[in-house]
Amino acid sequence: MDGLILQILNGLDKGSAYALIALGLTLIFGTLGVVNFGHGALFMIGAFCAVTLQRILNLGFVDEGATSSSVGGFSFGGAQETPYVEHWFGEAVGGTIIDWSVPLAILFAIPVMMLVGIAMERGLIKHFYKRPHADQILVTFGLAIVLQEVVKFYFGANPIPTPAPDAFTGSFDFGVLIGYDPFTIVYPYWRLVYFVFAMVIIAAVFGFLQFTTFGMVVRAGMADRETVGLLGIDIDKRFTIMFAIAACVAGLAGVMYTPINSPNYHMGMDFLVLSFVVVVVGGMGSLPGAVLAGFLLGILESFASMAEVIDIVPGINQIIIYLVAIVILLTRPRGLMGRKGVMEE
Amino acid sequence: MTSSNFTRRGLLKTGAASGTVLATPTIFTGAAWAEAHTGFTNAPQGDTVTLGFNVPQSGPYADEGADELRAFELAVEHLNGEGDGGMLNTFSSKTLEGNGINGKRVEYVTGDTQTKSDAARASARSMIEKDGAVMVSGGSSSGVAVAVQALCQEAGIIFMAGLTHSNDTTGKDRKANGFRHFFNSYMSGAALAPILAAQYGTDRKAYHLTADYNWGYTTEQAVRESTEAQGWETVNAVKTPLTQTDFSSYITPVLNSGADVLVLNHYGGNMVNSLTNAVQFGLREATANGKQFEIVVPLYSELMAQGAGENIAGILGSQNWDWKLENQLGERYIGTNAFVQSFGNKYGRPPSQAAHTCYVQTLLYADAVNRAGSFNPCAVVEALEGFEFDGLGNGPTLYRAEDHQCFKDVVVVRGKENPENEFDLVEIVEVTPTDQVTYAPDHPQFGGDDATLGECNPGA
Repeated sequence: MDGLILQILNGLDKGSAYALIALGLTLIFGTLGVVNFGHGALFMIGAFCAVTLQRILNLGFVDEGATSSSVGGFSFGGAQETPYVEHWFGEAVGGTIIDWSVPLAILFAIPVMMLVGIAMERGLIKHFYKRPHADQILVTFGLAIVLQEVVKFYFGANPIPTPAPDAFTGSFDFGVLIGYDPFTIVYPYWRLVYFVFAMVIIAAVFGFLQFTTFGMVVRAGMADRETVGLLGIDIDKRFTIMFAIAACVAGLAGVMYTPINSPNYHMGMDFLVLSFVVVVVGGMGSLPGAVLAGFLLGILESFASMAEVIDIVPGINQIIIYLVAIVILLTRPRGLMGRKGVMEE
Repeated sequence: MTSSNFTRRGLLKTGAASGTVLATPTIFTGAAWAEAHTGFTNAPQGDTVTLGFNVPQSGPYADEGADELRAFELAVEHLNGEGDGGMLNTFSSKTLEGNGINGKRVEYVTGDTQTKSDAARASARSMIEKDGAVMVSGGSSSGVAVAVQALCQEAGIIFMAGLTHSNDTTGKDRKANGFRHFFNSYMSGAALAPILAAQYGTDRKAYHLTADYNWGYTTEQAVRESTEAQGWETVNAVKTPLTQTDFSSYITPVLNSGADVLVLNHYGGNMVNSLTNAVQFGLREATANGKQFEIVVPLYSELMAQGAGENIAGILGSQNWDWKLENQLGERYIGTNAFVQSFGNKYGRPPSQAAHTCYVQTLLYADAVNRAGSFNPCAVVEALEGFEFDGLGNGPTLYRAEDHQCFKDVVVVRGKENPENEFDLVEIVEVTPTDQVTYAPDHPQFGGDDATLGECNPGA
């Protein structure tokens, strides 16, 4: 039983990442009708916003008399530096700012991701609205590769550790709360934060679409773009903003993911394919479907990697997601919550 | 085991013939030398010789590949008499004088393995066929090493393996034309087991997470067998997909498995992520069976330590070499400081163990050619087989004739608790002496009786 609870908890944070990426993918597909294979790269860029801010905050100067490692008379320039923020704000405040660089990166990432989103949509993707989906996939996939190579050029191929604030490192003993022995069910604080964060973002996106005039127009445009245009509303502009919002959602998912796994240039691709499966299982164009399928597949993937399950069906951990996708597409061809007419014209 | 076509008697004859040729008027010598240097693939004809450095320049190991390439460039520089000479000055064999290899200036070409066997073979093939490389070195993965080694064997080229740790490279997949300086899974297990027993006790229950490919299997087997011989019990061993990024669902069952040690047979990004996840899930603070829970990473690398950040603190593992060896353990590891100094002056950073092994392999090849007096692969094989040397940073080392594996001390390291800077991530715990990590050439982990080097192939 404790194993099951653990795997459900594990599935929640994995599912959170899938859900956030799939949500953005669905927003873009629903509004602009574009299959965006560059979406994983947006997640990765978000993560590197956190890395960049961490590096900016750690910029410093070498103290007089600081020690450095030396061999045979050669000393490596890795002497300890005092970060400027600590120099300016004092060690306590400056140290806290550096410690909290990942949450602070949210503030940094929002404008960056907005700009990246707008530049991507206006600069490239808008030229592909009327082209076949295959063209869109090719160009966005190409863009993703370019973006990851750019990141690799500047940050290297090695993962970069980006720790959570000290207050959230470590794990809490969930098992003790529900009457198990200590260390039976432990769950890292940051993964809990990630789950809560994902829920807040998902709620915010739904709220925005549901309760604002802007959201109403966007939803109307998603249902019938032509009629909304005939009403004299500049739907293109709103869709560009929606693209920027989708980029932001992916970027923020990336920022907050960095303490879970050290980011590297390839992390977007790792999530991209799975996120597309999530979108298809959830139903193309369905926002609630994307979220539901994200959590569902995240939890199923966790179960499939239990040793007991692998013993019964070897290799199930590698194929579970695709197996579920096949079953769902056979029984519900439009996915869990797909609408009629989406991608069927 | 190997019966080389190139006998000592043959060599002596060639040497005598060369002597005669040298004594004859210059007008004849060119043609005679050309004849002496044919009969094998890519025999160098002019006054230069080309080496091929095949390293990951793209993909997840690109940073490690970049460091290997730095080392190769430095080795070529030193062989050609530029720079401060590095380990040429400390190497026990004194044939390298900064005048190239066998009097020929060294040039090199590079290839990108992408850490994919097919890409690595394609780039090695191109270096051999188009660029005329007479030796191929490098690599950052055992799959690639085994594939390229087989290609070099077919082509009649010497392969000086870079970073490859699987037993199979000099085990069941050993080849007469291939040589490995880097240590292997067995040696990691043998070096770690006594230290694990000393540090954590002999009554331990281990849980293995193993990367689902060749290197993962041999490492798991090696560590299992050597720790079980010390009294440890293996509770479970689970294979994890190579593409896995989040290991939480593999880590959480460990807590309730009855194990009190987690062994991560992972390398590169896999290891960074699995270790990070294990620390997040509180394994470092947990207790099991009344003992402190421990994590072990059999194969360490500086880049992995960088990627894992503070999570690496206190974790035990093994390395082929470390740049602090001579400073901390003295003259036995002479060559280390010379190399670190010359690498550091050129690149502003200490070399990784991947860089070290690539540099050493290049020097060993060059020295073997000089001692043999020929670039003929079979002459080089004969010169390297059973070659004992010192002064290249690892202490006294033997290139064993039976399997072309180097035997030397293994460094057991631990992630440093409070690193002073980005290069000061691991501390040396102990060095396990050579005799404790030596095994029989027909050891079951290395293909048993069936494993054979085959015949050396000089190619064309």
